[in-house]
Amino acid sequence: MHVVVCIKQVPDAKNVRIDPETCTLVRQGVESIVNPHDWYAVEAALRFRDEYGGKVTALTMGPPQAEEALRETLALGVDEAVLLSDRAFAGADTWATSLTLARAIEKLGPVDLIICGKQAIDGDTAQVGPGLAAHLDRPYTTYARRLELLNEGQLRAERVTDLGYEVVQMELPAVVTVVREIGDPRMPGLKHKMKAKKKEIPVLGAAELDLNPEEVGLQGSYTQVVKVFSPPPRCDREMINGEVEEQAEKLLKLLQEAKVPGL
Amino acid sequence: MKAIIDKEKCVACGECVEVCPVEAIEIVDEMAQVDDNCTLCGLCVDACAYEAIGLPQVQTAETDDLESYKGVWVVAEHHNGAVHSVSFELLGVGRKLADKLKVELVAVLIGDQLQEGAKKLIGYGADRVYLAQHPALVPFNDESHANVLTELVKKKKPEIILAGATAMGRSFIPRVAVAVETGLTADCTGLDIGDDGLLYQTRPAFGGNVMATILCPRRRPQMATVRPMVMKKPDFDSERQGAVENFAPSQKAITSRVKVLETFTQEQETMRITEADIVVTGGRGLQKAENFKILEEIALLLDGAVGATRSVVDEGWMPHSHQVGQTGKTVSPKLYIACGVSGAIQHVVGMQGSEIIVAVNKDPSAPIFDVVNYGVVADLFEFLPALVKKIKEQRS
Ligand SMILES: Cc1cc2nc3c(=O)[nH]c(=O)nc-3n(C[C@H](O)[C@H](O)[C@H](O)COP(=O)(O)OP(=O)(O)OC[C@H]3O[C@@H](n4cnc5c(N)ncnc54)[C@H](O)[C@@H]3O)c2cc1C
Ligand SMILES: Nc1ncnc2c1ncn2[C@@H]1O[C@H](COP(=O)(O)O)[C@@H](O)[C@H]1O
Repeated sequence: MHVVVCIKQVPDAKNVRIDPETCTLVRQGVESIVNPHDWYAVEAALRFRDEYGGKVTALTMGPPQAEEALRETLALGVDEAVLLSDRAFAGADTWATSLTLARAIEKLGPVDLIICGKQAIDGDTAQVGPGLAAHLDRPYTTYARRLELLNEGQLRAERVTDLGYEVVQMELPAVVTVVREIGDPRMPGLKHKMKAKKKEIPVLGAAELDLNPEEVGLQGSYTQVVKVFSPPPRCDREMINGEVEEQAEKLLKLLQEAKVPGL
Repeated sequence: MKAIIDKEKCVACGECVEVCPVEAIEIVDEMAQVDDNCTLCGLCVDACAYEAIGLPQVQTAETDDLESYKGVWVVAEHHNGAVHSVSFELLGVGRKLADKLKVELVAVLIGDQLQEGAKKLIGYGADRVYLAQHPALVPFNDESHANVLTELVKKKKPEIILAGATAMGRSFIPRVAVAVETGLTADCTGLDIGDDGLLYQTRPAFGGNVMATILCPRRRPQMATVRPMVMKKPDFDSERQGAVENFAPSQKAITSRVKVLETFTQEQETMRITEADIVVTGGRGLQKAENFKILEEIALLLDGAVGATRSVVDEGWMPHSHQVGQTGKTVSPKLYIACGVSGAIQHVVGMQGSEIIVAVNKDPSAPIFDVVNYGVVADLFEFLPALVKKIKEQRS
């Protein structure tokens, strides 16, 4: 089994806070982390390999520093890592991202299963997984919480829906996105950590993927960001003082004045 | 390509250097300078108080015959024929867009036995309903539903498609966007038609810390998803008339490589957090699983839902389906009451879109109070029963 896990480096929200005095957003020393949802994708990939044999390749598209993210996955026991990095990739929307990843996966040789995180916390779109499946023309499922390989290359998945869950089955190769219930990510092991430091990570650009610069990054994107701005701050904070009875009464009155339904 | 610095406006304050997650900005000779690491994420654009940073815009040739695409579509979601309220909400905003463009508002229903649903969609504002029905389209299946919608789009060529950003919508709409080769903007909170006739799609990014307005200038349809509860549901008019048109999907479209073997609906006593007008969330301050009964009581009383922080879910006090935040669900109810929640940013990003936020916490310096409309410094075990009592008193 060759499992490819797609991971993304994203800005950490931790260092963003709201200054209650000025009501503005303060962002300081924003760092990059591996998209938290992608740790579950990595764990799912490793469990799949551990159970059914084969290898796991971690794949990311990002700036050169995204190599660090790949090394973090190697430290958990991922076998290979590939970085897609090219100036031309900057500003890719989900169309261009999934196209670039799809081309890379085709180049990786036979791949049986592609696992993505549920969504990335920067864009929050959850579009790359299904987009990847469309570009590769493979069956897919989303929000999987259990994966099982049946005989004859059939994949059975239990997936979370808005109303409960369902069981689906499809033929490999396939694409899945996974949720947290798939299992807690393991800790890095000493042996893997050592290997991760030394491991050679190939870097592929648009040319190596046989993609024109017009097909990738901002130029290859169908959506365009035309404006970026801060959300209107919440600046009307009111603290409700008094004994609890009084506080309850005051709050209820305020909520009723605000016409909250059901109150 | 990288962010563009306006040399006239840059004062070398260094704010952009601070916010850049990929360390692509440096101050060189009293001027911000961007290097090749730039991913065009846009965080610096918003952070710059001097409006000295912009994102490049590419002027590429139109790759599509844009004029031949007409009409605003809402892809209606349903569960066993019962149309999801998000679809009615979308008809509300869809109506405004269609009126501005002077085109038809169309709802699309895919499944089987959907006549009743079609009538409802007309009552909520659809001028026309396309019904794609076949027994093989039940239960919902990502692949076949994506195929059918793709066929319909290619045949009828709508200008705009809106869908709910539910688990279902988020799962199959992206596949359609790729299949018809167009852009898709997720989780929009604002939709409008600009003077240029384009769909201006505004959405939060980076957990709601930044807003971005997005266009799809050179492909059609322009596609967007919207979360439940974000748009206002229009009034229902049972007298409203509209056309119902059947669409027969091809045999190929209704076949899926993915078999849905079983579906389970989990019954819940209270509402689901993404669908409720009121969400009452408990944090670690609730101390143990049994204490969530207090919140459930309030939720039932107010016809609301019970939310939880990640700490609570990690403790096993509540199932993950109730978790609000970065690794849980994003909610935007009319009223959000956070009880015993500290207000970590990973939690706040999942609820800051709520209309009114109330927090009950015994620690006056808890960060949750930075994002509230109304703050109550109190012991929740005293305050909540007092609140319940007041509500019950008023009702009787
Ligand atoms: C990658 C990542 C993703 C994450 N994703 C999420 C997410 O999706 N959702 C999420 O919620 N968190 C998330 N977290 C965790 C988050 O950082 C916080 O740890 C968590 O939200 C804290 O939960 P809490 O407020 O319940 O607990 P605490 O931080 O322990 O706060 C408890 C609060 O209760 C108050 N309190 C105690 N007793 C009482 C009482 N009797 N009456 C009134 N108040 C009382 C205390 O003053 C305190 O402020 C994430 C973290 C990481 C690193
Ligand atoms: N640049 C990228 N490189 C690799 N994988 C990605 C990238 N962007 C998104 N993904 C994958 O797609 C998932 C969904 O991302 P998104 O559609 O951006 O919310 C993530 O959890 C990753 O698994």
